Amino acid sequence: MSFRLSYRADPGNPWFSWQYVRDNSDTILAAAGEHASLTGRAVLVAVLIAMPLSVAAYWFRPLAGPILGVTGVIYTIPSLALFAFIAPYLGTGATTVLVGLVLYALLLIVRNVVAGLNQVPPEVREAAEGMGYGRWGRLFRIDLPLAIPGIMTGLRLATVSTVALVTVGVLVGHGGLGQLIFAGFQNNLYKAEIMTGTVLCVALAVLLDLLLVLVGRLVTPWSARGVR
Amino acid sequence: MSAAASPVQQAVMWLNDPLNWTNPGGILDRLGEHLEISAAAVALGCLVAWPLGLWLGHTGRGGGLVVLVSNATLAIPTLALLTILPLTFLGFGRTPVVVALAVFAVPPLLANAYTGVRQADLEALDAARGMGLSGGQVLRRVELPLAVPYLAAGFRTAAVQVIATTALASFVNGGGLGEIIRTGFGLSIAAGGGQILAGGVLVAGLALLAEVVLGGVERLVTPRPLRRDRQRAGRPRPADATGRA
Repeated sequence: MSFRLSYRADPGNPWFSWQYVRDNSDTILAAAGEHASLTGRAVLVAVLIAMPLSVAAYWFRPLAGPILGVTGVIYTIPSLALFAFIAPYLGTGATTVLVGLVLYALLLIVRNVVAGLNQVPPEVREAAEGMGYGRWGRLFRIDLPLAIPGIMTGLRLATVSTVALVTVGVLVGHGGLGQLIFAGFQNNLYKAEIMTGTVLCVALAVLLDLLLVLVGRLVTPWSARGVR
Repeated sequence: MSAAASPVQQAVMWLNDPLNWTNPGGILDRLGEHLEISAAAVALGCLVAWPLGLWLGHTGRGGGLVVLVSNATLAIPTLALLTILPLTFLGFGRTPVVVALAVFAVPPLLANAYTGVRQADLEALDAARGMGLSGGQVLRRVELPLAVPYLAAGFRTAAVQVIATTALASFVNGGGLGEIIRTGFGLSIAAGGGQILAGGVLVAGLALLAEVVLGGVERLVTPRPLRRDRQRAGRPRPADATGRA
């Protein structure tokens, strides 16, 4: 399977090689695609779960402790152990990785969204109530828009750490670019393969982070004037 | 073996076999390796991050560097460092594993050391300077004691994180409890499901235990009036400090 002895014919073992990139562009693209798709799906699902949880923690104060506590405990569980808990039930597929990534991203999003919602100034809340906004109206028109900086912080943290975490999926054979890193390690420490995987992985994280910064600017035009 | 048993039953059975604990490469061996690697990595991280963080906080420079370091390490996969470092001058063996894990211990240690010194009461600093203390004396006698709760918080975060990521050392055959999980996956899910689950329980249990124990240590070294507000918010809010002492 990972029988690529031809690389050993190359006397050197350079840290980077265009030759390798050209010869294996299919594998690299597939790995990068899996990586990006796993990250995107994980963050999306995590947001869909985290937003209602955050709003619940914001509306009903007694729930805030348990919600943050449970997501916090999940976050403390080492990634390898989390995958080990899921794999015997969901098998060694991409689903196992996806579920693990979602569970990890939950805390980062919930914590920041709750912090963002709690930062809405009380006088703004009172003004909204005085203007006749109901609970839902206030949430969608006042609270959530004002919490966007917190939401974006959570999204950025979750995205960047998810990109790094996907590599642990190697355990079940769906580690995206982690597959390149790991395969390079096993193929007689083929440096070019390891490095290509690593560089692309970090590049993906930086790219997605910049993208989210841009989105954050676009959805909060009012903050453009301030330096923050 | 018994394919009919559920993974949980298999895991209980696996954990109940004394040989799985005492065999060479059994749980006790792996636990020892895990703790040795983690301790070395945290120690190395402290050795680098604490002096740097205290100094940066003392001089008031380098806030940007602290943020940059923590952002940069967030984006670097642990697996990448674990595989790359053995290929550098560090050579193979335990050293590169320890160094790789120490890299991930640095951000929380650095950030908390920096914040700990920065939050020192300005009046206390003025008083210390008025008493004629030199810069180094201010750092040693005033800023450092005031920063201890922050150092403890950083230590807990870093240690728990390192114990968690030490499990990944198994990818490069570095030892530790992660090896149990990896071996289980080597057997396929049907045969190794119990072992995988048992390994997960051990790794997660160790991390949670470290979190609880070090949380207690953090409380012990935090002066009582500072305890409550630090738990609730990330930074001290004087209004809260007198709340429920």
